Amino acid sequence: MTGMPFLSLAIWIPILGGLLVLATGSDRNAPLARSLSMLVALVGFAVTIPLFTQFDASSSSMQFAEFLPWIPRFNINYHLGVDGISVLFVLLNAFITIIVVMAGWQVIQEKVAQYMAAFLIMSGLMNGIFSALDGILFYVFFEASLIPLYLVIGIWGGANRVYAAIKFFLYTLLGSLLMLIALLYLFMQAGGSFSILDWHKLPLAMDAQQLIFWAFLIAFAVKVPMWPVHTWLPDAHVEAPTGGSVVLAAIALKLGAYGFLRFSLPIVPDASQAMAPMMIALSLIAVIYIGFVALVQTDMKKLVAYSSISHMGFVTLGFFMFNAVGLEGALVQMISHGFVSGAMFLCIGVLYDRMHTRNIADYGGVVKTMPKFAAFFMLFAMANAGLPGTSGFIGEFMVVLGAVQFNFWVAFAAATTLILGAAYTLWMYKRVVFGVVGNSHVAELEDIGTREFAFLGILALCVLAMGLYPFPFTEVMHASVNELLRHVAVSKL
Amino acid sequence: MNFVVPDFYPAAAEILVAVMALVIMLASTFARRVASDLAYGLAQLTLVFAALVSVLVSPNLLAAVAAVISEVPLFGVRLAEVLMSLAEGYAANEVVATFSGMFIGDMLGGLLKVFSLLAVAIALLYGRGYLADRKMDRPEYYLLSLLMSLGMMVMISANHMLSLYMGLEMMSLSLYGMVAFDRDSPRATEAAMKYFVLGALASGLLLYGMSMIYGATGSLELSGIAQSIYHQAANKTVLVFGLVFIVAGLAFKLGVVPFHMWVPDVYQGAPTAVTLMISAAPKLAAFAITMRLLVYGLFELADQWQTMLMFLAVLSIVLGNLAAIAQTNIKRMLAYSGISHMGFVLLGLLAGVVDGDRNFALNAYSSAMFYAVSYVIMSLASFGMVILLSRAGFEAEAIDDFKGLNKRNSWFAALMMIVMFSMAGIPFFIGFFAKLSVLQAVVAAGYVWLAVLAVLMSVIGAFYYLRVVKIMYFDEPTDSTPIRAQGEVRFLLSANGLAIAVLGLLPQGLMSLCAYALLASL
Repeated sequence: MTGMPFLSLAIWIPILGGLLVLATGSDRNAPLARSLSMLVALVGFAVTIPLFTQFDASSSSMQFAEFLPWIPRFNINYHLGVDGISVLFVLLNAFITIIVVMAGWQVIQEKVAQYMAAFLIMSGLMNGIFSALDGILFYVFFEASLIPLYLVIGIWGGANRVYAAIKFFLYTLLGSLLMLIALLYLFMQAGGSFSILDWHKLPLAMDAQQLIFWAFLIAFAVKVPMWPVHTWLPDAHVEAPTGGSVVLAAIALKLGAYGFLRFSLPIVPDASQAMAPMMIALSLIAVIYIGFVALVQTDMKKLVAYSSISHMGFVTLGFFMFNAVGLEGALVQMISHGFVSGAMFLCIGVLYDRMHTRNIADYGGVVKTMPKFAAFFMLFAMANAGLPGTSGFIGEFMVVLGAVQFNFWVAFAAATTLILGAAYTLWMYKRVVFGVVGNSHVAELEDIGTREFAFLGILALCVLAMGLYPFPFTEVMHASVNELLRHVAVSKL
Repeated sequence: MNFVVPDFYPAAAEILVAVMALVIMLASTFARRVASDLAYGLAQLTLVFAALVSVLVSPNLLAAVAAVISEVPLFGVRLAEVLMSLAEGYAANEVVATFSGMFIGDMLGGLLKVFSLLAVAIALLYGRGYLADRKMDRPEYYLLSLLMSLGMMVMISANHMLSLYMGLEMMSLSLYGMVAFDRDSPRATEAAMKYFVLGALASGLLLYGMSMIYGATGSLELSGIAQSIYHQAANKTVLVFGLVFIVAGLAFKLGVVPFHMWVPDVYQGAPTAVTLMISAAPKLAAFAITMRLLVYGLFELADQWQTMLMFLAVLSIVLGNLAAIAQTNIKRMLAYSGISHMGFVLLGLLAGVVDGDRNFALNAYSSAMFYAVSYVIMSLASFGMVILLSRAGFEAEAIDDFKGLNKRNSWFAALMMIVMFSMAGIPFFIGFFAKLSVLQAVVAAGYVWLAVLAVLMSVIGAFYYLRVVKIMYFDEPTDSTPIRAQGEVRFLLSANGLAIAVLGLLPQGLMSLCAYALLASL
């Protein structure tokens, strides 16, 4: 079975399937478009399973590698491969795609084929990002994934969707174009190679490293997003349809963090070490300041969006302390955040579909009318707050553990997130779910149906499984993380 | 003085076009009732045949095409063998200069001619229905198109300042006539007048520059000029003085800042079918004479003209992108976007020589050429879309006319989206690889700041392309007229849009053709 190009399948099945869904055309064929998308999403997930089952966790090298010359004129190759860091994201992405297709099943009634196709194509492109080992191939997937998300926000989004879509697009484009220059510079320095693995070995002078680091930082910081370039995210989240928010939170935010691991740390290790204090400071600002910002939000989606930024601050914090516990914790946090934030947005989507409002003040006493839903929401809220036993706890705990090794005060500051996260999540939960039934609309709410039960249930299982037994996840990444840290410790000057 | 019969073979395509132009003139006089159909059909046949003949007679071109095709699976190798045997039978083996050194037959010229002729053919096909709706579908239009094509071909193959100038004037005068073709429209007449006056001024500048160069070097033949400068026989001051005028003249023809004033007005004022014509093939011809004059003739002065091009490129990219934001007329917007695209072409041209080191030249110039060809493909598709939305009595000129296109016709909306994202330089479309190759050349030459500036301006540029996508996809349609066009226009426009996507997935073939053309010609 080793001969199968699983990564190519994971990339191209959703893309080609998406085009096929697009071909079903107008909304008369909407049922066909829906079932076809589901089929594509399921097949797309199925081909990623061997990536996990056949993965050799003891090796830190690139596995399932594929290599084809693509543009020999510039020595650009179709070079794919995954290591312990990226393989989980491919799986997560393929998995979330199924959830997104389910979530949009009834809610989206207009231009169904285009909606589903946009998500499927985006899913394929994101798999491409996580598995590309060629700088330009990475960039091409990285940029191209903006197009479907732009359309999703702009077509199916809320009232202020045009502003949010354009802001999202231009913000991220600015960052990534500067990265392109850095890629071209590395291409020249490496003597005409776009291979990321070659770049890992390339010696670079400190000033060049600093400039490259900044170029990457702008690109990835916007994607993560880090404070102070995070302002596009709340807008995009609030205006995006539920599926868009889920993909944005669960996958798109991971792209930036993944970029740090694949590009910044190994290619410019000395600059990364030198910049670490700044990165840690920015991360802590994100964790604490954005946590406070989340506390005062009146819009549920905005609140979860800010909480995402705060959680991603934890991730970047874990990266730049350069110890194994912190880095693995950050990776676990990324996966966990994929499940938890996705689930949070789905929960809000469930409420929004019924009430057409995201204002916390419009709710109250939902538990009386939607007990099943309230139970799920409770679990995800707890996971978001980092309650032990849920996946949210493992990542945060490991990062804090790493921070203690690094510096007590950093750990102290980071740990405040456990309080802040609990405060804003549970306070929101209390206002929305508990209390007296707020108004007649809430009184008329219907509890979740089978479809909603299904996707919330699957996510709940993931959150609990990862929280109770994280070993399979950490085992996969262990070798690659250690290799990365060994690599970063060696100066390239 | 002995008269030597020149070698006509390298100029076979030009002769074909010239003869057919005369045939069309005669035929349309005698067959009045079917004159325009006849002229159109003959013109299309001529263009396609001339393109084939150009492929056949250009040295190396057929072999290069065969090499590219042999990479195609299934039938590729077999087809390549057929092409190779044709190449052995017909193509010249090496660069030939004929007509007393006035005309040069090389692969660079051959390739540019093929692209230009096809661009004219496509422009005629897109524009026919538009012209017919406006009672402009007259044989003279096709005659002028052929004469314009002939002018371009002469420009592309010019090896002598006189033939270059002759070709340029032939192209320009035909274009002036075409812009004014709707003679009752005050706007078109004004545009034609502006185009003519400024174009004549530019020609004058170019001619003045040429006379300076001639004065300094004593030669009008490009290789003679290069020789003379190489042996330092020419007065440097006079040379540089002449160079300034030549660059200014070229800048006019390319439409780059600060010699761009005519571009938006002419694009807007001309009938859309003519705008389509101006925006595509003539850019390739202008690129060709820029290559001929600056690289073939004045390469020794590269340090000087590279600095000039740098100013022009920076100004074009900045101003083109900024001004495009403010436009509400799509033709005007595309005009400004074209200005910025030409700035990118110049970016490639200015990265050829670094501190006297010429090893960058091939990479840089082939990137510029790839950019120019990609731009032509995108430009044809974008104005083709404008024509598609227009109908009798209605010009789809405002950007708002694209409102809700996704609801009216999602296929063409998707095509226009591809064109817009490609122009913005978003992958997987060809525009991205065009930008990539040019930026790569600029970074290789050590001008990282220039590359940074160019990408910053691309972000600004992305805004107005995104706005078109936004209008098509996010807004509600205000016009519910179904989109009508002949089958062949629909088909070719779809093929054109898809080509942008397919060439974006597999850009290698076109890139290596451009690279090989320069390798074989320089």
